[in-house]
Amino acid sequence: MSKYICLLLIAFFWSCQNSKDDEISFNRDVRPILNDKCLRCHGGVKASGEFSLLFEEDAFGQTQSGATAIVRGNHSKSELYKRIVHEDPELRMPFDAPALTQKEIDVLVQWIDQGAKWEKHWAYVPPKRDIEPPTIDSLSWAKNKIDQFVYAKMQEKELSPSPEADKATLLRRLYLDLIGIPPTHEEVKVFMENSAEDAYEKEVDKLLASSHFGERWAAMWMDLARYADSKGYEKDSNREIWKFRDYVINAFNEDMPFDKFSIEQLAGDLLPNPTEQQLIATAFHRNTLANDEGGTDNEEFRIAAVVERVATTYEVWQGTTMACVQCHSHPYDPFRHEEFYQSMAFFNNAKDNDSYFEEPKFFTYSEENREEVESLLAYIDAELLPEDAAPKEPYLYSEKEAVLTRLGYRMHEAESFYESSSFIELDESLSLLWQVQDSSWVKYDQIDLENIEQIGFFASATIGYAGDISIHLDSLKGKKIGAVKITKTGESKKGADNRYNTREFKAAIDATEGKHDVYLRFFKGERYDGHLFYLDKMRFYEREPRMKLYSTAFNQKLKKLAEIPATSTPIIQELPPVEARKTHLFERGSWLTLGNEVESGIPNIYGYPETEEPKDRLAFAQWMMSEKNPLVARVAVNRFWEQLFGFGLVESMEEFGTQGEKPTHPELLDWMAVRFETTHDWHVKPLLRELVLSATYRQSSDADVEKIEKDSRNQWLSRGFRTRLSAEQIRDQVLTVSGLLNPLVGGPSVTNSSVDGGWTGVPDWAVKGDSAKYRRSLYTLWKRVTPPNEMLTFDSPDRSVCTSRRIRTNTPLQALNLLNDETFFEASNALAVQMLQADADPEEQLMFGYAKVMGRKISDKKLLLLKELYHDAQEHFKQEKKDSNFPEAAIERIGDEKNNLAALVIVANALLNLDEFIVKG
Amino acid sequence: MDIVNEAHFRQSEYNTRRHFLKKCVTGMGAVTLGSMMGGANLFAKNLLSPGGGAGMPHFVPKAKHVIYLHMAGAPSQLELFDYKPELQKMNGQSCPPSLLEGKRFAFIRGVPQMLGPQSTFKQYGESRTWVSDYLPRFAEVADEVTFLKSVHTDEFNHAPAQFLMQTGSPRTGRPSLGGWVTYGLGSPNENLPGFVVLLSAGGPTGGKRLWGSGFLPTVHQGVQCQSTGTPVQNLGNPKGVDSKMRKKSVDIINKINELEYQEAQDPEILTRISQYEMAFKMQTSVPKVMNIDSEPDYIQKMYGVTPGKNSFANNCLLARRLVENGVRFVQLYDDGWDMHGAGPGGGVGDGLRRKCKQIDQPISALLMDLKQRGMLEDTLVVWGGEFGRTPMMEARTGKNFLGRDHHNEAFTMWMTGGGIKKGHTHGETDEIGYSAISGKVHVHDIQATILNQLGLDHERLTYRFQGRDFRLTDVHGNVIKDILT
Repeated sequence: MSKYICLLLIAFFWSCQNSKDDEISFNRDVRPILNDKCLRCHGGVKASGEFSLLFEEDAFGQTQSGATAIVRGNHSKSELYKRIVHEDPELRMPFDAPALTQKEIDVLVQWIDQGAKWEKHWAYVPPKRDIEPPTIDSLSWAKNKIDQFVYAKMQEKELSPSPEADKATLLRRLYLDLIGIPPTHEEVKVFMENSAEDAYEKEVDKLLASSHFGERWAAMWMDLARYADSKGYEKDSNREIWKFRDYVINAFNEDMPFDKFSIEQLAGDLLPNPTEQQLIATAFHRNTLANDEGGTDNEEFRIAAVVERVATTYEVWQGTTMACVQCHSHPYDPFRHEEFYQSMAFFNNAKDNDSYFEEPKFFTYSEENREEVESLLAYIDAELLPEDAAPKEPYLYSEKEAVLTRLGYRMHEAESFYESSSFIELDESLSLLWQVQDSSWVKYDQIDLENIEQIGFFASATIGYAGDISIHLDSLKGKKIGAVKITKTGESKKGADNRYNTREFKAAIDATEGKHDVYLRFFKGERYDGHLFYLDKMRFYEREPRMKLYSTAFNQKLKKLAEIPATSTPIIQELPPVEARKTHLFERGSWLTLGNEVESGIPNIYGYPETEEPKDRLAFAQWMMSEKNPLVARVAVNRFWEQLFGFGLVESMEEFGTQGEKPTHPELLDWMAVRFETTHDWHVKPLLRELVLSATYRQSSDADVEKIEKDSRNQWLSRGFRTRLSAEQIRDQVLTVSGLLNPLVGGPSVTNSSVDGGWTGVPDWAVKGDSAKYRRSLYTLWKRVTPPNEMLTFDSPDRSVCTSRRIRTNTPLQALNLLNDETFFEASNALAVQMLQADADPEEQLMFGYAKVMGRKISDKKLLLLKELYHDAQEHFKQEKKDSNFPEAAIERIGDEKNNLAALVIVANALLNLDEFIVKG
Repeated sequence: MDIVNEAHFRQSEYNTRRHFLKKCVTGMGAVTLGSMMGGANLFAKNLLSPGGGAGMPHFVPKAKHVIYLHMAGAPSQLELFDYKPELQKMNGQSCPPSLLEGKRFAFIRGVPQMLGPQSTFKQYGESRTWVSDYLPRFAEVADEVTFLKSVHTDEFNHAPAQFLMQTGSPRTGRPSLGGWVTYGLGSPNENLPGFVVLLSAGGPTGGKRLWGSGFLPTVHQGVQCQSTGTPVQNLGNPKGVDSKMRKKSVDIINKINELEYQEAQDPEILTRISQYEMAFKMQTSVPKVMNIDSEPDYIQKMYGVTPGKNSFANNCLLARRLVENGVRFVQLYDDGWDMHGAGPGGGVGDGLRRKCKQIDQPISALLMDLKQRGMLEDTLVVWGGEFGRTPMMEARTGKNFLGRDHHNEAFTMWMTGGGIKKGHTHGETDEIGYSAISGKVHVHDIQATILNQLGLDHERLTYRFQGRDFRLTDVHGNVIKDILT
């Protein structure tokens, strides 16, 4: 108890001390008082008496009563002063709350008398570009300039640095930090034996070049991108968007500059002649939730997604919470209500509209298929008659589409509709459409019907007369140009999947000119049924298709080309200007109550001349990444810092505003931010290199009483951080040390024992089976309604919203997970087998196991304990007769070896549960 | 101080330090100040759900536990509790335009027909409460509860409405009610999780996020338990490890961790040591609580349980056992209440009658059982869906399937125990049950009331995140004083 009081008192005196300086600083001394005592009523939500202290112009303006709240240089004329010292409790401020302390009143008085200088909150002031690292007396300790800042701060706090961590610990730390998995036995050996001066530096460079580097850093980005393989909400339908993850992995591996990386994700579609990768990058903002629940209003959830994109953009790149500005001005930070909508206007013109199929999508081929498509296209190109030749398309898939269309081979996926009635469903991979009720419909955008005489529907049904499709132009009840009856294509068998048993049903079409929106209406046949029929795709037949002029061989190639599967990725695409949406302010945040129309723009606090303001999403993204933006580089370096050191220099990584934490090392933060932008030219690898090469990073994490007394939280960095590993690092490490890891980089999401498909199951495109089981956690299929348990247990967010920071907890469920989880125990078995093979001597086996797991030699005391466990387990299994009571690995063995191996499994399991194993020491 | 006690001490100190200290310095949040000053009280708190402190509860609680029965899919109030003879008279007539103007419905398009109640109603007990013949057993205990007839919500799609009901916000990312409660109060039994979730007939469409911890530390997540198989994920030992061997290995793990602590001096290691002990204890304590076979025959019959299967009846009995053993918040979800009449048996006629049969006996048994054990005094029981159903028929597929669309303007919930009036009805709807005419309460009011009964002021139960103090009830919510004893 006394401890707490003591802490409190220290904290109190510490905070008082600051105000003893003669010159009152608004940010340091005044703002905390205003935030704490005044802004609740005189802030962004409420401005009681028409007085608000949030914006300078309001604070010095006239209030409702006509009085001026703050008269610069004269506190006794200032209404603010009169009211905080008023004798009448009805009039004394803060209203209905304890009075300000004398100390606080003094601060305000001094501030007003000194001229009431208003300052922007530090985070909105761009970092100084000429910060020099402080000169320090201990240059021998410092390895680079980061250390000079850190050391100076330590001195200020009367702390001294810790010695460098031992080699083995440092190597493991470095591996886990840079590539997310620990070094192998051999890698440790090589490093331990290398006594060269630059041995450590060489390791750093090796890891920065590793293809696992991108995987580790992509894992961080996935939380920010709220990446998942499903859409969230009720149905939680699958979403094929893994190409975005590959994009992020590659970007980190290629050391793509952070500004380019950011601009591509926010506005890759608006770049001149965007590449395939730049379009896929925009899937960043297609990770928003989408609602496929029956009876939802697409516009409502489109808007929800756009609003979320604004909030996520500000959180990721600005460390700013904008979500509250949706309903009212920011309660504590200078963002006005309408400014949220000005930002929203940048994002409001994206074409996607919460439709089932998630148009617009972009199609790409796997490497293998890409080659085949290219060679088929080359063949076709060579054979083409001059009159069929046409200009090249920018992307392989669009080139394929263009060639096939030109020649009259036109297929259309049934599920690629843009709008539909409530009663339309898709299968788990969203590749097949069916209608659960009578009278449902779908709409396709702008289909070219010129010269079309027939449409073939590839459908399957198990009812004799399943139903009818009628085809309408331009509106649901528009001109009917054709119809077709769908009949049985196969028997209904329990357990059998009849959905793909398709046959083509052809409908003759009235002659139609040009492009039209096409509506298909579905009607029941002989009876109602849950699923009348399934529709896979459609083929459009031209009257005189050009392909008829070519050989049979040529036509076969066309068919082949049409059938090569492609991977779809939902992307952001801007609506053409004629269809541009107007953006209105939503009163109290409700999309049904529209306020004034607003134009796109950036919040005033950034102090940008109105004439130069960015007008579209690309310009907005470019502004965000420009040196005019005070926050972006600070927020970014803070994230990278936190990944290595456990806590950010600004601990509230998601909030740099006045309610966030202050930076512990403001000059270092700013110096790094400017350096990231200029010297490193936004390259992440040199930034990380500099961080891990610092003496600060290399310190031992062992603490002593003095350090804990003076700095229990290690804010002043006088030792290394001892941080529990992330959910991904823990599982990946278990797979690595047990030798189970499948190190394949990239590709579709995978299933393993922790995957629960939920209502909509596992999609076709997910990798299943043995090759999927032991991939890195980054690739685990992530359904938002049923996320992998072990990830949540180890503090991962569920990826519904952007998350900057995982709060680490320490719970019994984590213990149960490490002790008993299926995959973790498989790893114990695998590790035990290796221990057995390593040496004939049991003691050596135990030492080998520990070294394999921890990358260093075991201490005698720990070895003694492991031996105790081993012998106990050995005795236990000697008594055991039933095979089923042995761990999997031991069952097939005989005699002593059986018992010994079983005992080793118990030891291996214990090793994988050690505290030192799941933390980064 | 032995090492486990030291671990508890360090854990509380750590939490305080990490999450609370700096808020104090800037003067934000009286709650956190309270928890700091009351640090000593934290020793008694469960590490599964640390939280609370001397600042909380804010006042003397009426209830110590909550059993929340959520009927996912939204049952029809018009067939169960909100008796509307006038609606019967309008059966088959076109819906008056005044009910449709400016309204949004999930599925109804055009002008639907009115649909009279498909069940018959009678008055029961001293309170002469109208209850449907779909719930004959529950009708016998209707005198125990307070009906809230005019609940309304903002959402009319399942997942958002479930999020609003359970997390106070229609969008994802907020902590659940049960999480807020364990954050505020901790848990009385250190060998069991403070917040347990049980599912039957599938699960709610909102999924695990309904019992997620949102921005609260993940210890405040609901722990999903099952009445079949392993009660909690990873609770059972893997093949080849028996409990004796497990005890030994946990023992050795902890001893090695102690050695590690001597070197690194990191208090988190001590916490980990105590968490391993607790995990080991849970391996015995949880299956024991979750084993309904140990209940006497007459109790099993009373609930109508089917041991070894997953059922709502089993979950009701488990709820009692969990509360009896000190679990703070037990959340039951029963799915399958979405009666659109989209197919045979999916309507508010036979379909709803059959569904009611699955909950009727278990719920009345639960209330009687809690009462006979004196547990109803301090256990708050809440029943309801995420919204209600329309008085209009949703003519989706033809005449034989009588369904109702989603309706958010007025629906019925009930509460009992933990300081709630008995035999009381709060609120009234118009003659067809379309809108509330009195006693209108919002979802946030329900939440404020639940917290209130637990001794928590919903305006003071806050958590600082993204620079803002978040509450379960956002900036809304009023305690429904009329229903309190």
